[in-house]
Amino acid sequence: MPTYLDHAATTPMRRSAIAAMLPFLDGCYANASGSHRFARTARKAVDEARDAVAAALGCQPGEVVFTGSGTEADNAAILGAVRRTGRTAVCPAAEHHAVLHCVEHVGGTVVGVDATGAVDVGALEEAVAALEPAVVSVMAVNNEVGTVSPMAEVAAAVRRAAPEALLHTDAVQAACWIDLPPMTALVDAVSLSAHKFGGPKGAGVLVLRDGRQVEPLVLGGGQERDRRSGTLNVAGIVATAVALAETVAEREDECRRVSALADRLARGLTAVDGVRETVPADRRVPGVVHVCVEGVESEALLFMLDAADVCASAASACSSGAMSPSHVLAAMGVPSDLARGALRLSLGHATTDDDVDRALDAVTGAVVRLRRGAAAP
Amino acid sequence: MKVLVAMSGGVDSSVAAALLVAGGHEVTGVTMRLWGGESDTGCCSVSDVDDARRAAQQLGVDHLVFNFSDDFDDRVVAPYVRGHADGLTPNPCIECNRHLKFARLVERARLLGFDAVATGHHARIEPDPRGSLRVARGADAAKDQSYVVHMLCGADLSYVLFPIGGMTKDAVRAEAARLGLRTASKPDSQDVCFIARDGGRARFLGERLPFTPARVVDEAGGEVGRVEALELVTVGQRRGIGLAGGAPKRVVLRVDRASATVVVGDERALDRPTTTVRGVAWPHDADAAAVGSGREVLVQSSAHGAVHPAVLEHGRDDEVTVRWREPQRAVAPGQTTVFYDPANRFVVGGGISCATS
Repeated sequence: MPTYLDHAATTPMRRSAIAAMLPFLDGCYANASGSHRFARTARKAVDEARDAVAAALGCQPGEVVFTGSGTEADNAAILGAVRRTGRTAVCPAAEHHAVLHCVEHVGGTVVGVDATGAVDVGALEEAVAALEPAVVSVMAVNNEVGTVSPMAEVAAAVRRAAPEALLHTDAVQAACWIDLPPMTALVDAVSLSAHKFGGPKGAGVLVLRDGRQVEPLVLGGGQERDRRSGTLNVAGIVATAVALAETVAEREDECRRVSALADRLARGLTAVDGVRETVPADRRVPGVVHVCVEGVESEALLFMLDAADVCASAASACSSGAMSPSHVLAAMGVPSDLARGALRLSLGHATTDDDVDRALDAVTGAVVRLRRGAAAP
Repeated sequence: MKVLVAMSGGVDSSVAAALLVAGGHEVTGVTMRLWGGESDTGCCSVSDVDDARRAAQQLGVDHLVFNFSDDFDDRVVAPYVRGHADGLTPNPCIECNRHLKFARLVERARLLGFDAVATGHHARIEPDPRGSLRVARGADAAKDQSYVVHMLCGADLSYVLFPIGGMTKDAVRAEAARLGLRTASKPDSQDVCFIARDGGRARFLGERLPFTPARVVDEAGGEVGRVEALELVTVGQRRGIGLAGGAPKRVVLRVDRASATVVVGDERALDRPTTTVRGVAWPHDADAAAVGSGREVLVQSSAHGAVHPAVLEHGRDDEVTVRWREPQRAVAPGQTTVFYDPANRFVVGGGISCATS
């Protein structure tokens, strides 16, 4: 098994989640919307999963919409709100592309972030007051650098500036690390992605306080109370609920455990000359250690780490293969020569002390060799 | 007994189902899908279907959904809208019971081999002193719904069950809490289910009817105000008829559609010696036969309204004239009038008020 430090890209499925979905892949394969008892068994599982997800988030079961991904949940909230009212959308510049591209697609407004990647709340309030948009979307935790957004301040500013606007948060990177109910209580819509907390890929959650505030994105059979059509992914939904419940139950202990690992990792990395932590530990979640390595290019560093069987990433994984400069680091004002040496090591429920040791060995070794190579004639 | 329980997603029908399960019956829950339009539950009252299904799951009984929205549109919503256009004050809940719960659902249940249909109404079905089954008032006087289920008659009286009719609302909620039913603390439904609170009756009707602006005049014909919509005005109404504050208290006496006028005046001018009722549902043939015998009944003309003594006389055609012991305020046309026995316990008939004289 590789040394896996790419949990922010995806995290291994929890055993309990795999076990929970199997009966609905091999056995109870019924369409949960059917009217026979076989279908009722599947429907009951979905109902119970919805209850569990609602309990984890501190919302009503009726506010939970199961989607096909976190990206779909973001699209549904933003495009749905814009289509309902004909008004525009606003988001900060460091959002995940699932949000940023939606806002850009509708000709919305993007506001700046500070040096840690957190939204400039004053600029956000000003833009929101001027535009009275249909929707304001602010991520709870940044996916590249791990910065925690000041959601209480954001919510207060948005409510002051445009009480009618739908306040959405992409909480895809928050699920493992943030106490979810107080965050959910601040907003009108929340996106989650199951595979970021030990559930399967192809399963997302959108919490919608009031379904009437958004037009559905996916039309069809009217599942999910007409908010998201498509045959229910029973196995995925059941596993999502199990994984989320377990994540929430373990969160405090895991935060403590992973914080210690992350701190050791960050200390070890920054002990290397010319390696700087991008966001200080007190502003980020425990699971993301992001550094910029002077004089080293991310692509080369990742190649070396890959050869050493260490899985890491430079920016978000979506564009891996042909890496483009990080829009997040650019928005934060990180100089581009430094941003070229970006490295994200992200930890999660499967991360061990050994992983940290191996990653530190691999990164320090790779940096030394790359610098020596670059210095060589 | 194989019992089909109509589960609305509320606490009453959930407990009704629970009591039948506890009583050893073979229970199946059903939710009627009635209204496809906007409502307070967000989308097409599906949240209520969800609540009903979850309660059924908790009780370990099968849950079905029957889509009766075609009949609901034709027999409840359309007459409600038409009634307002015709200057009536219809009660859609009663028409839903008459045409949906105790007609189409009962018919479907018989077809499917059920031995009974149960609902969560606060009413009872009991033998009267002569041994005839009748709708009787529920144990909780404040929640009694015998008025809205008065139309049950003949063979249906032995087919329908009201399992919670002998309980108070508090006892129903306590039972739901004891059983851990998710509907235990769900608020009572208050309003017409197909009308969203946001916008209310005025918006609902405004989208379906051309409103007629009307003059508000006193009994001498002098104009005292104006209203936007004649269709929203009801006999006996005090508020929302454009009268200046501080003026003597006046109520709507008449709504005259032809001349687009609303006549207001002193409430006492509404007192009538009789009211006329059409389309009377008689529980038993003997009840119809007793009209004109001088037998006294107690009459209730609104949900949760007071009862007043009267005798029933033959009117034109099949109409029944209610002759009040003391003159009573005119009943708004379209409103349901239900007759009870002198002990105020059993329903002996009921119909729709059509005119006052």
